[in-house]
Amino acid sequence: MTTTPTPEPAMVEQTPGPETGRKKGSKSAASAARDGLSGRTASAISLVIALLWTLPTFGLFVSSFRPETDAKTTGWWNVVTDPSFTLDNYREVLSGEGNAGLMTFLVNTIVITIPGVLIPITLATLAAYAFAWMKFKGRDALFVAMFALQIVPIQVTLIPLLSLYTSPPFNLRPLAGRDAPAGGLYELWLSHAIFAMPLAIFLLHNFMREIPGELIESARVDGAGHVEIFTRIMLPLMAPAIAAFGIFQFLWVWNDLLVALVFSGPDVAPLTVKLVNLVGQRGEDWHLLSAGAFVSLVIPLAVFLGLQRYFVRGLLAGSVKG
Amino acid sequence: MTTPEKLIQMVIAIALFVGVMAAILLLTARLKSRNGERVQAVAFVGPALFLVAVGLLYPALKTAYQSFFGANGDNFVGFDNYVDIFTNSSLLTVLRNTMLWVLLVPTLSTFIGLVYAVLVDRSRFEKLAKALVFLPMAISLVGASIIWKFVYEYKGTENEQIGLLNGVLKALGFETYNFLFYAPWNTLFLIVILIWIQAGFAMTILSASIKAIPDDIVEAASLDGVSGLKMFFFITVPSIRPSLIVVLTTISIGTLKVFDIVQTSTGGRFDTSVLAYEYYFQYFVSLNQGLAAALAVVIFALVTPIIIYNVRQMRRLEAR
Repeated sequence: MTTTPTPEPAMVEQTPGPETGRKKGSKSAASAARDGLSGRTASAISLVIALLWTLPTFGLFVSSFRPETDAKTTGWWNVVTDPSFTLDNYREVLSGEGNAGLMTFLVNTIVITIPGVLIPITLATLAAYAFAWMKFKGRDALFVAMFALQIVPIQVTLIPLLSLYTSPPFNLRPLAGRDAPAGGLYELWLSHAIFAMPLAIFLLHNFMREIPGELIESARVDGAGHVEIFTRIMLPLMAPAIAAFGIFQFLWVWNDLLVALVFSGPDVAPLTVKLVNLVGQRGEDWHLLSAGAFVSLVIPLAVFLGLQRYFVRGLLAGSVKG
Repeated sequence: MTTPEKLIQMVIAIALFVGVMAAILLLTARLKSRNGERVQAVAFVGPALFLVAVGLLYPALKTAYQSFFGANGDNFVGFDNYVDIFTNSSLLTVLRNTMLWVLLVPTLSTFIGLVYAVLVDRSRFEKLAKALVFLPMAISLVGASIIWKFVYEYKGTENEQIGLLNGVLKALGFETYNFLFYAPWNTLFLIVILIWIQAGFAMTILSASIKAIPDDIVEAASLDGVSGLKMFFFITVPSIRPSLIVVLTTISIGTLKVFDIVQTSTGGRFDTSVLAYEYYFQYFVSLNQGLAAALAVVIFALVTPIIIYNVRQMRRLEAR
């Protein structure tokens, strides 16, 4: 990330002569490579890709606003010649009869997601700080072990976790099943926290190591303890990194299906579970399916677009390290 | 539970969590002796370590153990479950499909992401162009599957088409085609969905590392008369090799765990199941615990070498 230069403002690059100055006329590897294709072919190809990547979503989006009979009988592209739009589909999927409306499930998703992001990030930030700046026995070995646990696919953990939740040892109260506290929400929060932990600690640790050690040293000389350093110095400096991983985790929890299917009862099932059921029961009702899909898209899309800068930064820090 | 009740539960949980964390920090803040710092370290690392030990380490070992037992988890069957996976014909189909996914998704999405990154680099619409391809990353796999199911929607040729692809086929005078029905091609059409999602990820990372290629290298090469496709293959691709590897491995791992797309699009029918889906199906539908555990272990075994390779690459980069 740190190595990424800001792209030069020059919009269209002229083919520079070999002797042009380094900064002004120089071109990137990409644009130099692109010259192999004529400008027109290159833009045609990129246009086709952009269209292929946009059109499927756009089609479903248009469909979600079309009246039921139109959506079921004619292609969405017919809106060009015969435009007719309605909000009925959204009204229908959101309200539903009784508790069947998506609104209930939207609330479930929100209730699952907020602690599902806050808890792991807090714990991971603390642990990452300890791994980065505290000295204790076995620190490096523990850190490597933590990193290595990223190997474990979620699937491997589900069965034993489920039985831990339903019949915990030492006469603890079961987190899942009929008498579960908060209708079984605690197991969802806990599971999302567990699955996020190795990657979160790893990424936040990497960010933290980039903060100059002298800063911590001098604070220590001044008599500040670890807790003080953590809350007064680290947290403010770490804010962008925490935000980046927060968005990561937010998208992950919001969009999750597997954890929810395995651990959540019908009472607290999130949108994704409801959508899958909707596909199963009403696979032909495209006016409802499309509206439902967009109800589930709106919030993550808004978060994503609004905080894209942080998200990309988090992505890059995790992936092109070194 | 009603909506206000759920929200109250959430607030209680957060307050509880914040309260406990604050108490731990406040109690340990006063400790400054050597022993005190040890307590602090435990307070900082302890909760995370505990969660990971109980939630990842123990279950992984338990599952590996379970995979040697029968359907209800009682009778020891040795390697029978594993033998099943590699001999039963429908499970072999699952393995074949998984292989197709793992081969095609990483390579194609990386390729498309790379080409696109190169094509839009420093063009007038770079920001917008990138956002369009990056956007599917925010969409859930369930949402993406619905979007594509709509593209693939099938109606007999004589009917009015509502699916985009069959609409195009009909307009061009071809018979319409049931994309999600005929094996093995239906697996390829499901694979398209994940490529659609992952290409944006590949593009973002590769684009950043292309921009990081030093100007001098490019300039020196173009002075030597290297340009066009040669520049791409001899300068661009080798310079971003580390990022290429990271992208390929990350997508491979994600692909091995893909479950949502199969569940939403076909429900695993028509020979489209993959390991991650079959695990869920065997445990929760067929109620075969032992086989499910063995399938999970196979996923584990397939992910491990990819991660090890990744870690080694990272170490090598750090050593440099």
